[in-house]
Amino acid sequence: MNLTSLALLLVFQCLGEGAAQLLGLPIPGPVIGMLLLLLSFLLFPRLADFMEQTSWGILQHLSLLFVPAGVGVIAASGQLKGDLGAIVVALVVSTVLAIAVGALVTQWAMKRLRPAADQDREQP
Amino acid sequence: MMPGLHRLTDVWVYLAASPLLGLTTTLVAYLVALQLYQRLRFNPLANPVLIAIAIVVSILVITGTPYKTYFEGAQFVHFMLGPATVALAMPLYRQWRNFRRAVLPLLLGLAAGSVTAVVTAVGIAYAMGASRQVMVSLAPKSATTPIAMAISERFGGLPSLTAVLVICTGILGAVLARYILNFLRIDSHPVRGFALGVASHGIGTARALQVSAEMGAFAGLGMGLNGVFTAVLVPVVMPLMLRWIGS
Repeated sequence: MNLTSLALLLVFQCLGEGAAQLLGLPIPGPVIGMLLLLLSFLLFPRLADFMEQTSWGILQHLSLLFVPAGVGVIAASGQLKGDLGAIVVALVVSTVLAIAVGALVTQWAMKRLRPAADQDREQP
Repeated sequence: MMPGLHRLTDVWVYLAASPLLGLTTTLVAYLVALQLYQRLRFNPLANPVLIAIAIVVSILVITGTPYKTYFEGAQFVHFMLGPATVALAMPLYRQWRNFRRAVLPLLLGLAAGSVTAVVTAVGIAYAMGASRQVMVSLAPKSATTPIAMAISERFGGLPSLTAVLVICTGILGAVLARYILNFLRIDSHPVRGFALGVASHGIGTARALQVSAEMGAFAGLGMGLNGVFTAVLVPVVMPLMLRWIGS
């Protein structure tokens, strides 16, 4: 874990939050920060090499970061009450369909729209 | 014996009120969940987010600790979601050449997955008689937490409910994706990762990163793109759907 890299991640998040506020964008600051950092990596590849370890270090435990919000299910349970059945069915069916449709369309489009030369390299 | 026990209770009362306990509980519960996940050889059913949440919830219920008290400590972990989202630029950058070769297919897949997620969730909730507030809270569930909460709030949903629905969606996707995609005989890691990232944001991405760096990168891309896409899609689709169902 490199302190400079950690500070840079925070700086980019600040830039993202600032841009979202300033321009009144509906997109959250961290996502804009991510896009700005990606742009910086493309412009300065050495920055990516420098931040490599720290970035993967944080991402390695991405799952952990969702635990506090997920525990909020306790606090939210009161709001669910009568709608619990509808919510459960909507969540399960919608998530299954979204993955299936997303994957089928992406696969179909990749076969149809990509140059044939690229395809044999993609198959695992 | 009794005075000692009494002092123990005092220590507990003191600790329970400080942020230290919430933070410690979160980390230890996650480590236990991770151990279990490794023991079960990364079986998606043993999703570490799900198990860690179950452990923490059980502890809070048993000790009668309110969520607000717990979150005072856990917020330090929660806060790291921001920098972690920024750090997703790394897998995106490392897979950039692959993305550029597949821009159009990926955008089509994004639109298909994202529209399916929003329309089916709202449609099913409506068909089963859910309130308008619940429908709005469900609509952005496939987007990453901060985006989803912002959208939900703007259209009269409950942001706190949306946060929980987003986590549930993430866990469901991370747990079920392998079975859905195997059933559909889709075995390309980029396609699998992308669809999972679009439907199940960061939790799906965390799962994909555990399978392969390539799958993780495409999941991160799917998550990032769908965060932006949902933020544009819901403001357009939601009023149309609400008008159509006359609510």
